[in-house]
Amino acid sequence: MSPDYLQLLRALYPEIALVLGALVALGLDLTVARRHTLEERRGMSLWIGTLAIVAAMAHVWLGSRGSVFGGVLMLDKLAVATRFGVLGLALLTLGMVRGARVLRHPAEYVAIILFATIGFTLMAAAQQLLVAFLALELASLSLYVLAGFDKTSPASSEAALKYFLFGGVSAAFLLFGFSLIYGVTGSIELGEIAHQLTVQHLTPLLIVGLVMILVAFGFKAAAAPFQLWAPDVYEGAPPASAALIASASKLAGLVLFTRLLWNGLGATSGSAATATGQPGWLPVLAIISGASMLLGNLGALAQTNVRRLLAYSAISHAGALLLGVIAVGAGSEHRMVWPVFFYAATYGLATVGAFGIVGVVDRANPGGCQRLTDLVGLYRRSPLLAGCLAIFILSLAGIPPLAGFFGKFAVFAAALQLGGISGPAGWLTVLAIAMSAVALYYYLLILKQALVVKPAESVQRIAIPPMTALTILVAAALIVVLGVCPSLVLSRL
Amino acid sequence: MNALPCTIYISFLGALLALAAGMRSAATARVVALLTALTSCGVTLYAASQFVPSQGLQTLIDVPWIPQLGIRYHLAADGISLTLIVLTGIAAVAGILFSWNIEERTGEFFALFLALIGGVYGVFMSADGFTLFVFYEIAIVPKYFLIANWGSTNREYGAMKLVLYSFAGSALVLAGLLWAYAAAIAHGAAPSFGLGDIAQAATQFSRHEQLGMFALVFLGFAVLAGMFPFHTWAPTGHVAAPTAASMLLAGVVMKLGAYGCLRVAMPLFPVGLMFWQPLIAWLAIIGIIYAGLVALVQQDFKFVIGYSSVSHMGFVLLGLAAANTTAVSGAVLQMFSHGVIAGLLFAVVGRMVYERTHTRQLADLRAMPLHRLMPFAAMTFVLAGLASMGMPGFSGFPAELTILIGAWKTSPTWALVAAVGVLIAAAFTLRVLQVSFFGTTEGTAEPASHHHDHPLPPITWPERVGALLLIAATLYVGLKPDILLDWITPALQSPLFHAALKGGSL
Repeated sequence: MSPDYLQLLRALYPEIALVLGALVALGLDLTVARRHTLEERRGMSLWIGTLAIVAAMAHVWLGSRGSVFGGVLMLDKLAVATRFGVLGLALLTLGMVRGARVLRHPAEYVAIILFATIGFTLMAAAQQLLVAFLALELASLSLYVLAGFDKTSPASSEAALKYFLFGGVSAAFLLFGFSLIYGVTGSIELGEIAHQLTVQHLTPLLIVGLVMILVAFGFKAAAAPFQLWAPDVYEGAPPASAALIASASKLAGLVLFTRLLWNGLGATSGSAATATGQPGWLPVLAIISGASMLLGNLGALAQTNVRRLLAYSAISHAGALLLGVIAVGAGSEHRMVWPVFFYAATYGLATVGAFGIVGVVDRANPGGCQRLTDLVGLYRRSPLLAGCLAIFILSLAGIPPLAGFFGKFAVFAAALQLGGISGPAGWLTVLAIAMSAVALYYYLLILKQALVVKPAESVQRIAIPPMTALTILVAAALIVVLGVCPSLVLSRL
Repeated sequence: MNALPCTIYISFLGALLALAAGMRSAATARVVALLTALTSCGVTLYAASQFVPSQGLQTLIDVPWIPQLGIRYHLAADGISLTLIVLTGIAAVAGILFSWNIEERTGEFFALFLALIGGVYGVFMSADGFTLFVFYEIAIVPKYFLIANWGSTNREYGAMKLVLYSFAGSALVLAGLLWAYAAAIAHGAAPSFGLGDIAQAATQFSRHEQLGMFALVFLGFAVLAGMFPFHTWAPTGHVAAPTAASMLLAGVVMKLGAYGCLRVAMPLFPVGLMFWQPLIAWLAIIGIIYAGLVALVQQDFKFVIGYSSVSHMGFVLLGLAAANTTAVSGAVLQMFSHGVIAGLLFAVVGRMVYERTHTRQLADLRAMPLHRLMPFAAMTFVLAGLASMGMPGFSGFPAELTILIGAWKTSPTWALVAAVGVLIAAAFTLRVLQVSFFGTTEGTAEPASHHHDHPLPPITWPERVGALLLIAATLYVGLKPDILLDWITPALQSPLFHAALKGGSL
């Protein structure tokens, strides 16, 4: 089979658009914009970044489908939807950057966000271990930089270092796992690996490889017991960086690993019933999922810092997302992937929104936005922010008719089809439903500060840049629309 | 009839309009809210006048919503739904009249209030499990903000407790519904959340599945109906809530729970009902008597009413547990009756008395000659108290009598023990009536108190209209209970309830 470079080029139009955007932003910033203020330079870079992402989205929408370059990339419906999703989330993140505190080197910030996005879009389509690893690393390395971008804040540097150390080790695990899988199956193509594994037994070597892959997955998803980095990173990183780490990165990572586990390693899934079932990666995933839900929700109860609270909420959502990955097995030929995709995408939407608002408040408050009490009186300082925050937080809590509810609902419905409440994923589903009642408590704590507690008499209104206000409104509107009519998305999956 | 779904949309639209109007002035927001509630109340009354009870469950709208999961937007109404929809309409109008004095963040208050009302209307019309659940949860969150923002005593605690109990209950319901959905698919049915479809599929479920699903769904709804020992949210929540929210919580929202038990748990899982029936009945009876006794010793006027709500809701649950047509029709009648009466009681305590005297302690109220200072409030409370005790002529009497007759058919012991609850209700109502309104009559030695120097603000027109509306409703139904029973009984005789209810009618 002769490689078709032209086809590869066409398939990579979105990535090319992003690279060009990043380079133009950097170049213009170095030449034309030298004399302007930081804020103006940031504005210009953001416009270029926005254009690049919109161009990339158009290419994804109109572009080719199917297997590319001998099966290196697979542009199926899931890949296209994911690419569209991560680009959309990155676009929203750019809008949120505009409302946040101005950092030094704005063009570099935007360029690195675009580089990370390239990693995400490739992760969404990767069908081969090497591409998957490279895409993941491109994304991860960019995210480490983004986490540490606020050079005036020691917390930001700490966040970057912690994230980098955890990420580096998990990348090493992943690569080692990949090499073992390659050693066992003799291939790095997911299809070929799947074929090989149907005729092989679960050897100890293979088990070691699987465990290592799960470690890396756990890190990427911020699932327990690989969650330690999350609270510190969310707390220290600039809000927009945290938004990207929590949203687009999660969606891309989730799709990548779902593909890897089910399409590549599906034959070794075993049964999710932990005690009695067949061995495989499902029981491990089930335990990770349950542990994340418990640890995330219980940990969040004790938080007084809004960003750490969101981090623990992210850990608990990671648990539910992993339940969604388990539930992929409910469909025929393990194709029940849309519930978890919908869940991850809408979760990302709500998190971007929440961090966007944290960013705006962070800029307006002299002391930043860290403690829950920094949100006091938001309803008086900016009714728009308060209303949208309510939508985002209630969506995270899973209240209908918001999108977060339907994502959870679909995941639970799929998980229970694996054999009912006494089935292999039944206990996890029950745990997840029970934990959602726990979660409402701490989500309401956020909203209590923002909407109930009376502020001091003299409150300053918060000025929001128009583009950021628009971004926040769009995110909130999407959450409502997708919650009321999820079929708009589902009919395309 | 087909206009009924409009009540939902009108309420949600009204919520948005009230929010927008509130940005300009409080008065506009009030008027918008009142007009919204009046319009939807008018629609329900018009629909009620067109209603033909013998047609059973009438589909109002049925369109695919999320075809990927077999979810349909299916609204339907029968006599039971209609009874509660009319109650919601009346309670909404009364609630807005009694919150006419809200000055702070008025637009937001009415927006949340109307959003809650919209969710309630939706629940009473849903014929699809998913749709019902969505509306049910829409009705939960506004309660938190209504209580936490505009409430009184210990409001943040009360609000959080109430919402977490409701949400935990709805989580149980969700688990049960999803289990039934998955089990139906496993038994070869097409994916569907339609209550009728699940009921059909449920006939093939194994016994332990039926028992488990019934327990989850019934318990989940019963938490909101205030079933002992999961009732503790109700008194604290009702006391903390602003008047209109207390009226709505006790009057309508607790009925959501009972309605869910009746509409979802019982017809879907009749085998489970048979098994759990005695336990539910005894919990209901314990609730009636225990809450009544607790109400007897409260020192806070509003707590008396809060516990009395739990006690009266116990009758509803007993009627449901008795599971025959008589008892269940009595339960639905009691839902209506208690909705009106509890609204009235909370209106007197929270709005008329507390907003003027700024105390709810019975010891303080005893010192004030309230029957002279506010004769209208005293008169209203006397009527409401009589209705609450189950005096003939008011709606409480036919409702509780029917429940007790029905319960007797299933188990005479239940009826005998529960009847004690009627006596206790009379005791705590008379006690609070005497102490709070006619307190000084016992101590004539007390000199003309200083309260005469500061006359209490007079009862306003919105309050009078609201109170008269509720009194008229309880009297009308009390004198002519047939009007509701004629709606309810045919609905219970429809095939939907055949498996759950056995024999007997008035």
